[in-house]
Amino acid sequence: MSLLDKQAIVAGPGYSRWLIPPAALAVHLSIGQVYAFSVFKNSLVASFETSLTAIGWVFSLSIVMLGLSAAVLGTWVERSGPRKAMLAAALCWGTGFIIGAAGIATSQLWLLYLGYGVIGGIGLGIGYISPVSTLIKWFPDRPGLATGMAIMGFGGGALIAAPLSNKLMSLYDSDFVPTEPGAVASSSALAQTFVTLGIVYTAFMLVGAALVRVPPGHGDDSTAEHSPGTNGALVRASEAIRTPQFWLLWVVLFCNVTAGIGILEQAAPMIQDFFREAGDSSVSAAAAGGFVGVLSLANMIGRFVWSSLSDQIGRKKTYVMYLGVGLVLYLLLALFGSSSTVVFVALAAVIISFYGGGFATVPAYLKDLFGTLEVGAIHGRLLTAWAAAGVAGPLIVNGILDSVGEPGNLVAADYRPALFTMVGVLAVGFVANLMITPVSEVHFDHDAHAANEDRISARQEATR
Amino acid sequence: MSTIDDETTTNPVLVGLAWLLVGIPLLYGLWQTIDRASALFTG
Repeated sequence: MSLLDKQAIVAGPGYSRWLIPPAALAVHLSIGQVYAFSVFKNSLVASFETSLTAIGWVFSLSIVMLGLSAAVLGTWVERSGPRKAMLAAALCWGTGFIIGAAGIATSQLWLLYLGYGVIGGIGLGIGYISPVSTLIKWFPDRPGLATGMAIMGFGGGALIAAPLSNKLMSLYDSDFVPTEPGAVASSSALAQTFVTLGIVYTAFMLVGAALVRVPPGHGDDSTAEHSPGTNGALVRASEAIRTPQFWLLWVVLFCNVTAGIGILEQAAPMIQDFFREAGDSSVSAAAAGGFVGVLSLANMIGRFVWSSLSDQIGRKKTYVMYLGVGLVLYLLLALFGSSSTVVFVALAAVIISFYGGGFATVPAYLKDLFGTLEVGAIHGRLLTAWAAAGVAGPLIVNGILDSVGEPGNLVAADYRPALFTMVGVLAVGFVANLMITPVSEVHFDHDAHAANEDRISARQEATR
Repeated sequence: MSTIDDETTTNPVLVGLAWLLVGIPLLYGLWQTIDRASALFTG
């Protein structure tokens, strides 16, 4: 048995479960860097002498690989345990940066695609799901709070990475001033920044891997005591994808993410366009950057607050709020968003907090529906909805905006078709959520269910 | 799950250090973002 095996990381008696969230955060804070990739965009375009679109593909590739690797490797992560998965994620994420740095240093764009996009993207997928199942098992009483803490880290990672990356590029290139519009760092500074980030993130994630433990009795899934879902459900990942509940929840996540990305992706120009009169916007570029900061905070806080709330009010009601109230807020944004910046910012911030909350609450929803038997693997498969929404959201918004005008000349009314489309998207998600019912017994793993019942009875007998 | 409760034998200093390890960079990121967001109200 190696130090990485699940059996080797079973917590001893009295091991504090409050060490697990920081272990998970060490991973999520690191991989959350991906949302700050845009800080490199201008410098990468200059370094490779290519287009924004060509560099934009690096980010898109990494998100698609996140979804695919989470789906394909979810079962492996579940069976191998969190330490082995975190180690694999750390190595992929770190290696991705190093190969990307080699690509920058040698002007080989394909190496950046391969390194950061493909290998790093696989690290994202494994890293994202690696602590989720373990957290739910440690906090069966508060799964929303537990996964909210970790997934909040994914939002928080970008908040750290953006200023840190700018500081590193300034350190390696004294001519680079990130606050100057259009500033670009040298290729050498970019490559050194990538190497530094690769080393720092790998080390940070390894600390998480060292800290993480599975709860007592969870070294072997076949003999572990699992928390069943509603109606006593214990469903394997391969069977879960055959249930309507999985696909309804897929639609719910897809709609929630699509609608949120619509605002997030367009945030800075959007607030300027909403307050444009006679060609000039009353919102400065600096204030628009501040608006992006407010949305980042709302995204992060929403992940923790709403997911924790879901432990109190239930998952279905929480998604009724995300999608139903979100729908109304989108309508208000379309109709009254241009009345004042305070109204605009407040509406957008709550909408984005629901977007973040949707990510953080979904593992607990899966636990409620399918039990903890293979909840990590099921979560991995569900994240394909994220990858699909990452493509659909910007396509919808950009496509509609392109059809009504040119960037820099748009006004609030030009956004209404896109916002009304998002209202429709949210309505679809709202209905899908209402249609979710407990999973039928025909999908249960009856052997696992019976064995689990025996273990629970035996434990209750022993403690009587 | 009777095996999981809040009564632990783990040294609280270790728990505090683990939270500091992730809390400090997170606070740094939060501070930087709040600083940036303040431009919305002053810019």
